[in-house]
Amino acid sequence: MMNVSLFKCHGLFLPFIKHCPYINISHVNRRCVISDMWMRRDFGTKASQQDSLDMSKFPVERIRNFSIIAHIDHGKSTLADRLLEMTGAIAKTANNKQVLDKLQVERERGITVKAQTASLFYHHEGQTYLLNLIDTPGHVDFSYEVSRSISACQGVLLIVDANQGIQAQTVANFYLAFEAQLTIIPVINKIDLKNADPERVEKQIEKVFDIPQEECIRISAKLGTNVDQVLQAVVKRIPPPSAGVDEAFKALVFDSTFDHYRGVVASVALFGGRVSRGDKIISAHLGKTYEVNELGILRPDEHPTETLYAGQVGYVIAGMKEVKEAQVGDTLYLQKQPVEALPGFKPAKAMVFAGMYPVDQSEYSGLHSAVEKLTLNDSSVSVQRDSSIALGAGWRLGFLGLLHMEVFNQRLEQEYNASVIITAPTVPYKAVLSSAKLIKEHGTETITIINPTQFPERSQVTEYLEPMVMGTIIAPDDFTGKIMSLCQNRRGVQKNMFYIDDHRLIMKYIFPLNEIVVDFYDELKSMSSGYASFDYEDAGYESAELIKIDFLLNGRPVEELTTIVHKERAYSAGKAMCERLKESIPRQMFEIAIQAAVGSKIIARETIKAYRKNVLAKCYGGDITRKMKLLKKQAEGKKKMRRIGNIDVPKEAFINVLKRK
Amino acid sequence: MKLICRYLLKQHLSRCKRTLIGDILVRSVATFLPTHADEASLYVHWPYCLKRCSYCNFNKYIPRSQNHNVMTECLQKETRTLLKLSQISRISSVFFGGGTPSLAQPSTIAAVLETVSKHAHVSGDAEVTLEVNPTPAGKASLRDFTLAGVNRFSIGIQSLNDDHLRTLGRDHNSQHALQTVSEARMLCPGRVSVDVMFALPGQSVKSWEDELKKLLQVCDDHVSLYQLTLERGTRLFKQVERGELSVPGDDGAAVMYKSARKVLEQAGFLQYEVSNFSKNNAVSQHNVGYWRAQQYIGVGPGAHGRFVPRAVGGDQREARTQALEPDVWIREVQSQGHGTRRRIQLDHHGLLEEVMVMGLRMNEGISQQQWKLFSPEADLYQIFGMSDNIQELLAEGLLIVDDRGLRCSWEGLALLDSILPTLLLELEKFLQSRCIIKTRINNSKTDMIQRDR
Repeated sequence: MMNVSLFKCHGLFLPFIKHCPYINISHVNRRCVISDMWMRRDFGTKASQQDSLDMSKFPVERIRNFSIIAHIDHGKSTLADRLLEMTGAIAKTANNKQVLDKLQVERERGITVKAQTASLFYHHEGQTYLLNLIDTPGHVDFSYEVSRSISACQGVLLIVDANQGIQAQTVANFYLAFEAQLTIIPVINKIDLKNADPERVEKQIEKVFDIPQEECIRISAKLGTNVDQVLQAVVKRIPPPSAGVDEAFKALVFDSTFDHYRGVVASVALFGGRVSRGDKIISAHLGKTYEVNELGILRPDEHPTETLYAGQVGYVIAGMKEVKEAQVGDTLYLQKQPVEALPGFKPAKAMVFAGMYPVDQSEYSGLHSAVEKLTLNDSSVSVQRDSSIALGAGWRLGFLGLLHMEVFNQRLEQEYNASVIITAPTVPYKAVLSSAKLIKEHGTETITIINPTQFPERSQVTEYLEPMVMGTIIAPDDFTGKIMSLCQNRRGVQKNMFYIDDHRLIMKYIFPLNEIVVDFYDELKSMSSGYASFDYEDAGYESAELIKIDFLLNGRPVEELTTIVHKERAYSAGKAMCERLKESIPRQMFEIAIQAAVGSKIIARETIKAYRKNVLAKCYGGDITRKMKLLKKQAEGKKKMRRIGNIDVPKEAFINVLKRK
Repeated sequence: MKLICRYLLKQHLSRCKRTLIGDILVRSVATFLPTHADEASLYVHWPYCLKRCSYCNFNKYIPRSQNHNVMTECLQKETRTLLKLSQISRISSVFFGGGTPSLAQPSTIAAVLETVSKHAHVSGDAEVTLEVNPTPAGKASLRDFTLAGVNRFSIGIQSLNDDHLRTLGRDHNSQHALQTVSEARMLCPGRVSVDVMFALPGQSVKSWEDELKKLLQVCDDHVSLYQLTLERGTRLFKQVERGELSVPGDDGAAVMYKSARKVLEQAGFLQYEVSNFSKNNAVSQHNVGYWRAQQYIGVGPGAHGRFVPRAVGGDQREARTQALEPDVWIREVQSQGHGTRRRIQLDHHGLLEEVMVMGLRMNEGISQQQWKLFSPEADLYQIFGMSDNIQELLAEGLLIVDDRGLRCSWEGLALLDSILPTLLLELEKFLQSRCIIKTRINNSKTDMIQRDR
């Protein structure tokens, strides 16, 4: 109840903020304009009614738990908005746009990063059903979020754009749902568009997913056309969760957020039994006991209830102080009724690593706390302290993919007003050690190399391994030739290729992750005029001829520039880096040789010629103030430069070279 | 009245400061030198030009009308005020710069010089230089300027190539330049300097060398060489940025500089400063004064000065700047006797920095004796002798430290701006190690805007 009173005195909707504690106030204000309209209705007129919500009214057979999965921009969030409106969760206005996407980055990029849950009350054939919509991120980088969400569901709505048809992420998301043995309801969206061709899309769906055309529902989420059919299908086709209210309480934590005031807010799906306020519960992972302080359903804001029952989805606050205490995938059960833990999830695996440093070292501690707060709600980011002589103290962060990295960076900037230097991303290589001494040192035979400077020498390893991905490309066949040569250039190996309709192809390639991590998608997009879509999934590790390139300035190695590349790439990578260094290091009084070296062999070289003249012509009219200022600035700058041998390298040079372009 | 109060307050403060820092320090660190304390040079700025040159970002104004009488009065008044303020009793040289000071009436020059002599001693052979724009009109008034007291001309011929002169937006051609130089030489034999620019748009090393040779046939005993610098906001800068013109690159300019040094040397000129060459010891006394960090008074809009305001109890040198805009400057001079807009006190460290930055521009560098005048507490060996960074410069043959003093080698002079930051850091390090630099916190950055608003 504290929430409500706070809410009233500020005129802001506080539970909403609490749900997203990482949003700073300015964003909240902006967003409240959007949220206010429906929140007010919910809270103002129905508050008392909602507070006494009796969830026992919803037995398992009248519960449906489902997700919406789709390729980016196929209209997932718009459909969610409509579903919320039609079931009265939010008022029907023209302003409901991406209601579930609360983060600024989500709204700006039109993507969903963080899964959200909304419980909908749907009246169907004289009965009220509880439909739990678990919104999921669309992008491959966030597919672990998708799989988490899916685990709490029995069915999914697979949205496909009636114009674009099946795209790479449609395929990836389909398989996630398919493997989880969920009911899949194909929904063809945007039928109102001029170029919509739902029939073609239905054929694609039948061909690729083996789902009969008749099962597709054609809708326009934007206009609301046929959306009621979707709701009916959810009730009719998706089975209720198989959970008994008389069983022991058992809940899966499928998401968690951190609230500064109340601690961890865990999103849970009840696989059995019931749980009430005041119950003593245990988290299977840590075995710690907590008392349930608050629980309820999300509509999508928090609505406290007394009890949650089997099959239902909601939130639980139980005095957990750290996100670690409510690990995603963990099982909660009653202290007095121990149960076997649910299978849980594989932890999210970082696929891309990058160094992150404050632009100014004085901002380190501020940035540190921002990173900490952000990772509280995004446990998929791995954080390791790191330091570079040039860039100072920072971190080596592991991300699920490039978009994930960009989103993280953007959130730091937008939500914490932090400015950071992100270095070029690298992938986690592995080395199988042969040297007994090293094996002993590391305590293991296979080591993961996150930092290139720790790359063990060839003589000490049996083999190097690089992470691979299975890439899915869907594109019109006009671009097949171009795409194939692009893939070949990226060391891709074709695994499969077939038509999904008259002129669209699906291509499957095994790629080294490193080859696609930086600019592959951009290149693919531009060569296909934006028609190709791409997605990838982890495909383990493969043996690879990897080598370490060192960069030398006048013969002295510069540690932070050390790079690991595939042997085939050594010359081009070495040359490119030398060129960038040449552009970034100012001329000095002597010649500077920039070299790329593999072992003792120099593979690329650039020269920065010595200054032959550097002196100002004239100090006019006795005005030396300006000149003095300039010189003193240079002297100050010199202090901050990294000195390698006799060469002064400004920090900006490292930033330019290391930064992603 | 307020102003006086402020001066008194300042006097009081500086006394307090002295006790704060400790008498010993102040006595040993002579920022307010007794040597030549009453001597300075005088710079007079004439801010007007007839037209705007395409490369110039200077403090100059193209006037619709100008009142010579008012300017004359104000220049005189400010000269008087600042001479009194500084208690300078001897003026070693006078330099009329601009703008285009040859557009001033000879009577204005005469009036200013008269004021100077009235309030300070000016020896009969003191150098009095006037910058001249080599137009027919400029040439015509040279004689009158000599009658007014000018005894040295600095002629901005810039180039002897008419295409270049057009690109630069000059209002003279090479013929005018030659005529003006010859007239000036006749009037002031041995005391005529020419300014020429290199690294001009479209200029080749060959054409530059040819031009220099042509110049050597007509010039007197002093040549100043300037590399064209593209200043933001100028027309030329935009033209180059848009690709309409292209200037020689760094290396091209370096070759031009080097070849000019050689050509001039072969012609019997001694390079005595980065940009200045002389024969028969016809150096610019006035400019040498700047490079030896002597005091100077700046009069006129936007003029800079460096002197100790002794009349108000000042004991530290100040870097002073006059109001930039002529109209504003005139108003201020009329209302309070001078148009000083900015005063920054130079502390010991700041002064030593200037001594070094200016001194090293000369081929003779800074002598041990000269340095001692400003830094009695530590000689050049003590400050620069130990450091590895300096050793590197010495080893590379760019810099020389010996009993004579500190100076650049021939190669080093061309790289001075790369050398200076290292020296400035060493100086700072040294002063910090002696705890002298602490004085900076107390004294400097007292940037006072004098005007009441």
